[in-house]
Amino acid sequence: MSYIKPKFEHPRAPKNTLGYTRKEYEGSLSTLCAGCGHDSISAAIIDACFELAIEPHRVAKLSGIGCSSKTPAYFLNNSHGFNSVHGRMPSVATGANLANRDLVYLGVSGDGDSASIGFGQFAHVIRRNLNMTYIVMNNGCYGLTKGQDSATADQGSVSKAGSVNNFEGIDLCAIAIELGATYVAQSFSGDKGQLIPLIKAALSHSGFSLINVVSPCVTFNNNPGSTKSYDYVREHNEALSSLDFVPVKEEITTEYNEIDVKMVEMHDGTFIKLNKLHQGFDPQDKLSIINALQVARQKDEILTGLLYLDTNSIELNDLIGTVNKPLNSLTEKELCPGSAVLEGINAGLR
Amino acid sequence: MKPTNIKDSEYYHKVVDCQYACPAHTPVPHYIRLIAAGKYTEAYMVNWESNVFPGVLGRTCDRPCEPACRRGRIEEEPVAICRLKRVAADFKDDIAQYLPEIPKVKNGKKIAIIGAGPAGLTVARDLAPLGYEIHMYDDQTKGGGMMRSQIPSFRLPNSVLDQEVNVILDMDIVKHFNQYVTSLKEIINGGYDAVFVATGAPKGKDLPNLPGRWDAKDNIHIGIEWLANVAFEHTHKIGKKVIVLGGGNTAMDCCRTSRRLGGEEVKVLVRSPFKEMKASPWEKEDAIHEDIPILENHVPKSFVSENGQLKGMFFEKVEAQYDEKGKRKLVPTGEPDVFIEADDVIIAIGQENRFEWIEKDLGVEFDEWEMPVVNETTFASTRAGVFFGGDAALGPKNVITAVAQGHQAAISIDKHCQGQDINDRPAPDVTLISTKMGIHEWSYDNGVSADLRFVVPQEDKKITLADRKKEVELGFDLTSAFKEAERCLNCDVQTVFMEDKCIECDACMDVCPTQCINFTENAEENDLRANLLIPALDKSQDILVSDILKTGKVMVKDEDVCLHCGLCAERCPTSAWDMQKFMYKTAKAGC
Repeated sequence: MSYIKPKFEHPRAPKNTLGYTRKEYEGSLSTLCAGCGHDSISAAIIDACFELAIEPHRVAKLSGIGCSSKTPAYFLNNSHGFNSVHGRMPSVATGANLANRDLVYLGVSGDGDSASIGFGQFAHVIRRNLNMTYIVMNNGCYGLTKGQDSATADQGSVSKAGSVNNFEGIDLCAIAIELGATYVAQSFSGDKGQLIPLIKAALSHSGFSLINVVSPCVTFNNNPGSTKSYDYVREHNEALSSLDFVPVKEEITTEYNEIDVKMVEMHDGTFIKLNKLHQGFDPQDKLSIINALQVARQKDEILTGLLYLDTNSIELNDLIGTVNKPLNSLTEKELCPGSAVLEGINAGLR
Repeated sequence: MKPTNIKDSEYYHKVVDCQYACPAHTPVPHYIRLIAAGKYTEAYMVNWESNVFPGVLGRTCDRPCEPACRRGRIEEEPVAICRLKRVAADFKDDIAQYLPEIPKVKNGKKIAIIGAGPAGLTVARDLAPLGYEIHMYDDQTKGGGMMRSQIPSFRLPNSVLDQEVNVILDMDIVKHFNQYVTSLKEIINGGYDAVFVATGAPKGKDLPNLPGRWDAKDNIHIGIEWLANVAFEHTHKIGKKVIVLGGGNTAMDCCRTSRRLGGEEVKVLVRSPFKEMKASPWEKEDAIHEDIPILENHVPKSFVSENGQLKGMFFEKVEAQYDEKGKRKLVPTGEPDVFIEADDVIIAIGQENRFEWIEKDLGVEFDEWEMPVVNETTFASTRAGVFFGGDAALGPKNVITAVAQGHQAAISIDKHCQGQDINDRPAPDVTLISTKMGIHEWSYDNGVSADLRFVVPQEDKKITLADRKKEVELGFDLTSAFKEAERCLNCDVQTVFMEDKCIECDACMDVCPTQCINFTENAEENDLRANLLIPALDKSQDILVSDILKTGKVMVKDEDVCLHCGLCAERCPTSAWDMQKFMYKTAKAGC
């Protein structure tokens, strides 16, 4: 088996505005099972960061434990990384973000890490609206421990060994919307055309972004009867819209029909262009998406695309009024402002 | 686009760029792997089967393979294919046990081969093991043809040439050496079943009408004649100041030989710009390394002599101008003519064939340029039973082309003698076999070396310039040979895609280091090429297109810069990709 990627790249490999090729955003060679959906998500993250021309050293990638949480080794080798305790990635991300709000925070987790052992952390990071992108690589099973059903396995889904799951599966997107997440999307590892713009938009969003990605486990959960297999997801995938991420509005030159196309302006001046939007659905209307998710569940459909977006989101640092630069850049002057300031504070407490 | 027909052996043949570019289609990656494995004798025999003179070609080949090498498209330099061939020759053991047996009882057919150069010897090598009685004619004392008379010993030692020529001459070949054939009719009347004409291009071009050409003719030499005289020890010295006219490899051999025979100020003067010279880049480098200036854009105007003593030459300075079609014209710059002193001048401006010994009433037709009319596949002339090959057939080229033509002519001669149709050409022997050894294990070394090309060490200039027979290049030692061999990308280990197994998980596309794998909507070829992750612009490189997959997409792989690293196959969960070793052997006479 090969453990080292050839150093060569295509001589005409495109460069982004920083002058980097995709190679600068890659990681080590994956040691996950061949054909794992997670590898496709890693590739989508690489493409998204390359296309957005994010400087790799300005990204912090964080994860917990599990197959999904191994993946930060397979993308963005030039970024900061933190592989934390099982289910505790959100607290580490929160701490890091409060200490340095200038970095781009990318958390990677799995269905076990987020919906079981880390469910409490998952809930609280959402309600605090931490400015991060949180990607769940959701395969509905514990791939690292031989494929037991996870908390996101759908009721009725059949495991590789033939047993049927009797428990209700946790719908991470529905819960995230309920808890006040400001950007919620769902996608499929096998659909990069949809996933890459969703990641780009999430990285541009100020506040908490969840992307729940159905990612088939080729080894333990890609069998007939599974609701997270490549074939099942392809057959039941219902895209709410096709989506383009537009860095600035000026780039939109073609005329578009406002009934089929919706432009959403993001916090940082970028745009999301939603094409062929489903009738009666508006990603900025929470009720419409809660309704759509319930309808999809009844029809055994997997709703994908941008589910919900709150463009008025206020992220945690702004909510609690932290200092607006990284703590490590604060000097003695700011940290020890002197006795006059102390006296002022003391006076305020009298 | 329609799915690629991988059953057509030419598809994968083309992917092996080096082998495809080689006139003899030597299986290059195959023998390079044998070298890496330390199997030098086997590597030598793979070459010997295909190109007959591995030791000679490993030193002197024109290397059409190297500009084609895929490595040259992904980094700066191709694999040193030619010099690796020499490694096989240098480190081989006794090859006697691997040579074909020569039947004691002949098959009753007699063949005359005129010219014991590379083409003639190739035909002899191919036909002798089949039981043919072979008579070989040559005007030199030993076999080898131009390899002996025109390639200097400091590039090709006699011992190497002798060994490879003698292997063939020892195949019961009846030698008629020291005999210049003056009449084809006589040969035909000698009771031969077929005649193979491989007399090369033995006539060096002259400048007979250049003013002063005949005033000091003892010091004005014709390149290939002069080289032959040096090789056969008739010429031992030359003047201190030497002008060599011409920009081809013969000119390079003449100037470097001059340096060894007493030439101290040797200059090469060439009409064209330096970069358009016909000489191979490495031959030019070697000449410059031996302190020989190459003066470009100088057109010879006249020879100057006093009292029958050569003094030098006048040259007109020109510059190259190109019309819209890119056609070159050399236009005088108007500067005053340049005089360059010389004790000797060597004219090395090309060579021509010589066919006055072929009678015009034999039915062997010649064209308007006085070249024989030769079929480019069968190498048959217009008279049944008379075949041509090497420089004599289609004009001066190189050794490897002569060998390739010899193989084809041998097939024709065999078919002719067996009463078969010579136009019915035998198919190549092709195999495609999986290299899979385990889940993630292959029978070839799929790691891609990042080393840059290794330089072949040379002997000290002081030593080589003092001895004409001292070989300049020392050849790779085994350590650098191994490392250089590891640079080969194994292009013959093919990426074979089986669409019925593909689950479209994108793993291969994600892992491919050069992004040559795509899953996309099908389209016409031009659109498809343009729509790839990185557009496939080089149309000389094929794209591999699958049948329609389950989601309606097709897999498209651009062969251009595929590293053959096998990662697609390693990351494929269903073995829809396999790395399969492709072997392509051109047919030989009697197969």
